[in-house]
Amino acid sequence: MSITAKTLDENEYFYGHKACAGCGGSLAVRIALKVLGERTVAVLPAGCMSAVGFNFPQLCFSNNAIISTFAGTASMLTGIEAGLRAQGITDFQAVGFAGDGGTADIGLQALSGAIDRNDDILYICYDNEAYMNTGIQKSSLTPFGARTTTTPAGKNIRGNLRPKKNMFEIVAAHDIPYAATANVGFLQDFMRKVEKASKIKGTKFIHIIAPCPTGWGIPSDETVEIAKEIVNCGLWVLAEYENGEYKLNYRPKNFSNPADYLKKQSRFRHLTDEDIQTIITSRDIKWGYIDKNYKFNQEEKL
Amino acid sequence: MKPYLREKVPKTLSEIPEYTVFEAGYLVSKNAGWRNVRPTVDKAKCVGCLKCYLCCPDGVIAKQDGKIAIDYDFCKGCGICAKTCKLGAIEMEAEI
Repeated sequence: MSITAKTLDENEYFYGHKACAGCGGSLAVRIALKVLGERTVAVLPAGCMSAVGFNFPQLCFSNNAIISTFAGTASMLTGIEAGLRAQGITDFQAVGFAGDGGTADIGLQALSGAIDRNDDILYICYDNEAYMNTGIQKSSLTPFGARTTTTPAGKNIRGNLRPKKNMFEIVAAHDIPYAATANVGFLQDFMRKVEKASKIKGTKFIHIIAPCPTGWGIPSDETVEIAKEIVNCGLWVLAEYENGEYKLNYRPKNFSNPADYLKKQSRFRHLTDEDIQTIITSRDIKWGYIDKNYKFNQEEKL
Repeated sequence: MKPYLREKVPKTLSEIPEYTVFEAGYLVSKNAGWRNVRPTVDKAKCVGCLKCYLCCPDGVIAKQDGKIAIDYDFCKGCGICAKTCKLGAIEMEAEI
């Protein structure tokens, strides 16, 4: 049986940090570290979590943690794993927490290299769908239509023109030992995936959606609820990749209307009915592909 | 165990480490001042399901005697706990 709230490590490894109230990214980091335990070396590239966790002398990680270069999360994980192994230390987990920009844009090459070498590391991407730390610039994981400071919504262009990169399948295409997607609205599922990943040898990747109240334009208490909604309206998929196979973890019986999800956020408020129809169409095409290619066992509950 | 508040705040040049290495979990300031609203727990309604404990981004909710206790030094008052509690045992009250 996987870890539950009752059996979860009671120690806090990410505490007193200066993240905005209701930060989804800090929730993902906190829960992942509680699952992995104190014998964890965390690597944080430039991004929200390093900015809020290491304001000397306010140091908020109680396990070993280090800031890496923006592009070098996976390379530093490789080095840490190799260095500790060379010293004969085996009871540890090297984990990286990079944002969407640090994973899909800037750190992609290093991550790809680490997967290629199959280094024994765990890479967690907390995805808040833009460069939130530097003031909400578009990343390649920003979804279609989202307003950011570099994709403003005006008369001619209504927010981001490009769809969200499919990071999960890009990583899986490397034939990685384990890749998964997760969501802070489904923490039980996330804990199970982190625990599972920690027991697999080789490179592991988890992509977790972590809403950002500041960047998404939602009240701070909505973080977890809106994260559930993105899954229920079909715009985010909970899945795993293992042994060369894709597996779907959850399929909402009937999708809720994405318009309800989108209109709650100020970054999507400018969208026209036509834009929302574009989003619904691309969602349906994606699910057509998923239903064809992903295995799904309805008996298995989240 | 969790990172905790220290009395000593490194200030002078000689107290600042030469390399970028320092003790883990070293806190010198609280986050309580960020809060406009504070979560209050109705112990009679709380059944200790721990949903709020799991969902707190700051980890300020701890288990206590089968129920929960909140560390107000580090709670930022985001309100996720109150929203998560299906029993209505947590309410957000204005800070005075």
